[in-house]
Amino acid sequence: MVDQLTPVLTRRWQSPRSWSIDTYEQLEGYQALRHALTAHPDQIIQLVKDSGLRGRGGAGFPTGMKWSFIPQGPTGPGAKPKYLVVNADEGEPGTCKDIPTMMADPHALIEGCIITCYAIRANFCAIYVRGEALHCIRRLRKAVDEARAKGYLGPNILGSGFDLEIVVHAGAGAYICGEETALLDSLEGRRGQPRLKPPFPATSGLYASPTVVNNVETIASVPAIVMGGSDWFRSMGTEKSPGPKIYSISGHVERPGQYEAPLGTTLRQLLELAGGMKDGIPLKFWTPGGSSTPIFTAEHLDVPLDFEGAAAAGSMLGTTAVQVFNETVSVPWAVMKWTEFYKHESCGKCTPCREGTYWLVQILERMVHGQGTEADVETMLDICDNILGRSFCALGDGATSPITSAIKYFRQEFLDLIAEQPGVKRPEQLDDLVGAKA
Amino acid sequence: MTLPEGTPESYGPISGPDEVVREPAVEDAGPVVEKFDELTRQRTKEIIARYPQPRSALLPLLHLVQSVEGYVSQDGIRYCADALDLTTAEVSAVATFYTMYKRSPCGQHLVSVCTNTLCAALGGDEIYQRLSEKLGVGHEETAGEPGTEGSITLEHAECLAACDFAPVLQVNYEYFDNQTPEKAEELVEALQRGEKPHPTRGAPLTDFRTAELELAGIFPDLDSSVEGPTAAPESLRGAQLASERGWTAPAMPDTPPAFPALPEKN
Repeated sequence: MVDQLTPVLTRRWQSPRSWSIDTYEQLEGYQALRHALTAHPDQIIQLVKDSGLRGRGGAGFPTGMKWSFIPQGPTGPGAKPKYLVVNADEGEPGTCKDIPTMMADPHALIEGCIITCYAIRANFCAIYVRGEALHCIRRLRKAVDEARAKGYLGPNILGSGFDLEIVVHAGAGAYICGEETALLDSLEGRRGQPRLKPPFPATSGLYASPTVVNNVETIASVPAIVMGGSDWFRSMGTEKSPGPKIYSISGHVERPGQYEAPLGTTLRQLLELAGGMKDGIPLKFWTPGGSSTPIFTAEHLDVPLDFEGAAAAGSMLGTTAVQVFNETVSVPWAVMKWTEFYKHESCGKCTPCREGTYWLVQILERMVHGQGTEADVETMLDICDNILGRSFCALGDGATSPITSAIKYFRQEFLDLIAEQPGVKRPEQLDDLVGAKA
Repeated sequence: MTLPEGTPESYGPISGPDEVVREPAVEDAGPVVEKFDELTRQRTKEIIARYPQPRSALLPLLHLVQSVEGYVSQDGIRYCADALDLTTAEVSAVATFYTMYKRSPCGQHLVSVCTNTLCAALGGDEIYQRLSEKLGVGHEETAGEPGTEGSITLEHAECLAACDFAPVLQVNYEYFDNQTPEKAEELVEALQRGEKPHPTRGAPLTDFRTAELELAGIFPDLDSSVEGPTAAPESLRGAQLASERGWTAPAMPDTPPAFPALPEKN
């Protein structure tokens, strides 16, 4: 039986100055790299495939498979330069795991980058960090300098003949750049707008060359997989969602924070670890993986939070950003705030998302401020239906999640808000209106 | 049931903009070189050299010009365009897309209050409102003469990825965690007096322009600015609980296991 908490990525965070290379090396740092350099790159890809590691940025795509899509060989597409781009543009509401990872253990990410680049045969790697995470940028930049001074980066790494440069690149405040193709456009010095897929980044990514885009937590997991092996990694989590995962618990709980537990842990267990609901006020709703994942309620306390479990219950695992709201919070208000976010962050490239989020905000704001109409709930569902699956990228889909899931579980709360309107409360007013119409 | 207010600016009569504001076209940009001195031009070269293709340096260069002028001016746009052999239209298109590039001069400090759902539910909206009233400014407006000591630009920000510290705000992109309206007011008062209170995590506070220089990838004193807390107490709660209860991940093998055999080529 595996323990309830399984610190792997977080295991060094309590050590003094864990972000420095001295501490990192004392705690087995860069041993995985030495071991990895003894292998053929394809063996590392196979190891990561065997481990079952799935992308930690939200989509859960099998990491080893993604790496194996990179064309190799001396001719054709395999002859182009290859790139690794780390998505550190953490910005999904609720998600707050990558920033503490880069703050406390930047070398785990750097070592993961070096091993990954060796495996996919890339000689240039960019870590795209959201600009608001300034101290992470300092820590990463320092880590790169330290790693270079020790011969872990630069030309001929540890005498292996493998060369690698890593650039720490600051974003400039755009949630959409967390979408991998928008991130690539942004990294090329353009507006961060998503690209049409296919072609996928694996064949046509950064500078139209083969590119792997992975999340921070995914790449930071790689050194541990090299050291422990795939069987060890699979001893945590579930068959299809193996490994440990950083669950970020925030909101109305006693001890919000980062809890690294095997995939498949339930909210009931997480709440216990986090000291329960704040001041004992009961749970009303929560997100399993950020605001783009449909909300859950107290009915879902025992849903296993892995990729399959969350999906089977009608949501998504996302980034395991568990935002907990108690009974004092109005669901329509929360949905309005999230929708304002999507409207602000919609990049404007496609019409369903740009226009849809704009009108959804108008409806939600008037509803919350006492001017809703009885048709509003159906109108919103209709708009969502026209966004979901019809947008250019997942931002539009994500924008509909809080609305449709909130109406599914809390329709009455929306209707009550409308019923409370003065116009409906005083029927004589309606009579007047009817009279005026005749 | 509480029904907090929405984002302060967002609620109001639904209407179009009063008038379309057009920025004057630059007829004569003048000698841009005077604003962007030799040191800035050296840094520009250094930044461009980091990337396989020069245009990738555009976002850092926009941060760089912002560190010089406190915002991205028409001259700044022209400077970036010249440096990367782009048109000013191409650079403007990028500069206007991203929230962190400011279109008017910022104060000595930029105060960003998270008003996304979770922070707002825990008091973020109230913090923003109190600061807005106190400073007498709205979103992306500056109290005091921009650039002078104690001048402050206020903004409400989208999720700052610090939800376990909610409600949060940032000053020059340094985190101030677990805020209350009172704490935030005290913080702003101190900034106005010219003090630099220490962020909860991160480096000692400098000013907006220095932060922008670092975002461009130029670190005047990285050895000292990299210091600061390793991790905040909230981030460590899981790891600490595990230590207290003796919980660990399953032990790794003593030596790394052999790699899988090379897959057969198809």
